[in-house]
Amino acid sequence: MAEERADGNFELTPTPEVPTPASSVEEALSPAEWQSEDICLTVSELYLYYGDNEALTNISMNVARRRVTALIGPSGCGKSTLLRCFNRMNDLIDNVRITGEIELNGMEIHRTSVDIAQLRRRVGMVFQRPNPFPKSIYENVAYGLRLQGRLPKSEVDDRVEWALKNAALWEEVSDRLNESALGLSGGQQQRLVIARAIAVQPDVLLLDEPASALDPISTLKIEELIHQLKQDYTILIVTHNMQQAARVSDYTGFLYLGKLVEYDTTNTIFTNPAEKQTEDYITGRYG
Amino acid sequence: MAISDAVSQDLSLQRQSLLSWWRSGDPWIWLTSAAVAASVAAVLGLIGLLAVNGLAHFWPSQVMSIEYERFGTTTTIYGELSERESIGRRQFLEANPGFDEALPATVERWLIKTGNRQANPPDFRWLYAHDVIESKVPTNVVVIERTEWGDAIGVLVGIKETGETVESEDLWDDLQTRIERTASIRDEVDELQEGSINGINYELESIRLEKRRRQLDDNHEFTDLEARESALRADYAVIENQVFGLTKELERDTASLALADGQVIDIPISAVIQAWMPNSMTAWQKLGLYLKNLWNFLTDDPREANTEGGVYPALFGTVLMVLLMSALVTPFGVIAALYLREYAKQGPFVQLIRIAVNNLAGVPSIVYGVFGLGFFVYLIGGTIDDLFFPEAKPAPTFGTPGLIWASLTLALLTVPVVIVSTEEGLTRIPREIREGSLALGATKAETIFKVVLPMASPSILTGMILAVARAAGEVAPLMLVGVVKLAPTLPIDGNFPYLHLERKFMHLGFHIYDVGFQSPNVDAARPLVFATALLLVLIIIVLNLTAITLRNRLEARYRVSVN
Repeated sequence: MAEERADGNFELTPTPEVPTPASSVEEALSPAEWQSEDICLTVSELYLYYGDNEALTNISMNVARRRVTALIGPSGCGKSTLLRCFNRMNDLIDNVRITGEIELNGMEIHRTSVDIAQLRRRVGMVFQRPNPFPKSIYENVAYGLRLQGRLPKSEVDDRVEWALKNAALWEEVSDRLNESALGLSGGQQQRLVIARAIAVQPDVLLLDEPASALDPISTLKIEELIHQLKQDYTILIVTHNMQQAARVSDYTGFLYLGKLVEYDTTNTIFTNPAEKQTEDYITGRYG
Repeated sequence: MAISDAVSQDLSLQRQSLLSWWRSGDPWIWLTSAAVAASVAAVLGLIGLLAVNGLAHFWPSQVMSIEYERFGTTTTIYGELSERESIGRRQFLEANPGFDEALPATVERWLIKTGNRQANPPDFRWLYAHDVIESKVPTNVVVIERTEWGDAIGVLVGIKETGETVESEDLWDDLQTRIERTASIRDEVDELQEGSINGINYELESIRLEKRRRQLDDNHEFTDLEARESALRADYAVIENQVFGLTKELERDTASLALADGQVIDIPISAVIQAWMPNSMTAWQKLGLYLKNLWNFLTDDPREANTEGGVYPALFGTVLMVLLMSALVTPFGVIAALYLREYAKQGPFVQLIRIAVNNLAGVPSIVYGVFGLGFFVYLIGGTIDDLFFPEAKPAPTFGTPGLIWASLTLALLTVPVVIVSTEEGLTRIPREIREGSLALGATKAETIFKVVLPMASPSILTGMILAVARAAGEVAPLMLVGVVKLAPTLPIDGNFPYLHLERKFMHLGFHIYDVGFQSPNVDAARPLVFATALLLVLIIIVLNLTAITLRNRLEARYRVSVN
């Protein structure tokens, strides 16, 4: 399937130059070698319980600034749950209890003095299924901006254009900003949602299987976009697709049954994992 | 032997084919479609019945001159045939004991509307077809619709001006000009009555209340009020004089009408609404008169204990009450549903509340009426009177049935419907959409107001549609909390504050009951019952269609795409 463009033509984009793990390994230092300014998020001794059920066990990890970190693992291993800890989306679920600490740029996010809305503005999130609001394309992108109070229209216009350009969607929708976002294709909707998330200029982007509901061409566009966005944002991506993890990420964490089994550069995880469980999973023996 | 074999084989084949027909699922399709067809037929039948019976009333029907003999006396009457039916011989003999003539098995009888209630009652009478000697259709018969005593039917024989017979070339044309003249004078009088006199009375009443208020405050300084009052009274006297003058003008002309039995009656033209000659009208003229009658039915005030004239105040009251009810019930129901679905912790207690709310929809409406009377009218209304209108006491202002209390009672009656359908709408909104909003840093309240409520708006409107449908047709509770058979004024008028929530009002549903079952003149009232019922049904349909159109638009706008 090919992406239908705004002008109605189909265009097959050539395979983008996604850096192979081998090429990025030169830049990506192993977590042990990071300087403190490289670290954006710090997780220490994080436990998460659904009622009496322990869903995450003793997770400790650092997330590198302006890098893509992938979380992989079989279904139900807790990778989405872990992702949702970073913007405290788990607070919305009844019976969830969390112990341990998560620091964003040195600030503990569970502290009572933390404004959750403020935290979520700094830690944007994109979900598995595209979830644009039933509003116009423009209003979707402007939604987060408008929450921050009244801005002059020209500024909102600029930010919307900027966000759509950064989400590689501007070309396709610039002539129909006032049409409903629900008229876009799935792939376009997902990029719109990314534009909506970056319009508020967060520090971190959490992507929860952002391409799993999309066709291959749209997936490719999203991956290309992730690669561009990491210049400015710290990106955490949960994915089922190991090729995708290998293509887009600098670091990979493998979770299994709520434990972080292994966390290293993507290159190491995929070529030379330390743990047998990781190797079994990557080679397709389960999951 | 061979034959019975063949028969049994045939039967088994038949049984098999019946069984396979049953299994094919076709009977189910037939059953379901039959159910739909029955419902549609019932609805169309109802509307058709109302339309045929109600709308025919406004057609200017033919007037016959009938000569009949009964118990040896010959009588001639003018009248419109309003119904004909056959009754059994036994029924006839029971009604006419001692009638020993040889009779056929059924007897036909006619209901004739003879009018002339004052001069020659009754105005409706049954005739037996076999008594009729001769029936003709005289072209010169005139029907005169009057403001009182119903229609007059006869032949126009003369016109008098201040008691003196006037010569005129064409009596009929002359009558029409004189009717127009009195109509315009009457309009003038009405304008003075409704505009100036009502306004002055309203202001005088306000002054009286203001005086009383000052007395209660131990302030006995009335000079400004008294000055204003005497100015108003002077104005009143001037207008009253004007009205007297106009009334004299009104009473100048009379028309002389010869009835079928030969007597001549004088009809003051001031009491004439319109006159027509049904037997010499063309079809187009009749159609024109028909449409005019329909229009008058919608826009006129009722007359003659509601059995004649229009239903405008009832129409107005119904629509206003339903709109007020919607404006009250929607926010209330939506807010309650928001709490139940978005804020309350889901559990057995909330479930219990939900069940209770659902059950409220099943409480008989008269119970709500009693509750509304006790709680809204006496408790809340009485308290409002004590606090804000002590000067009007002992006459109640809000502590008596009125528009606001009727609207509130119906709002209470319909709030479960709104809650249930709003809740359904809220449940249907995907979690991802809410999370999408929250993940952008919106608070829960922002998410609800900017995303959730707009998306739930079609369901909210569905609730409103159901609420309106139920409230517009409700009569029983209204009789306790605000509806009257004849309201002297509309709830909206030109006197500040324009919308008078405390006033009593008229309602089409109650009008049907009153006209149909409380009126002294059953035959005259019956067609109006049908016409009013048709109007009420049409209003509900129009209100619903408006809301449904709005809902469909919103639905198209907020439909969540399925990827």
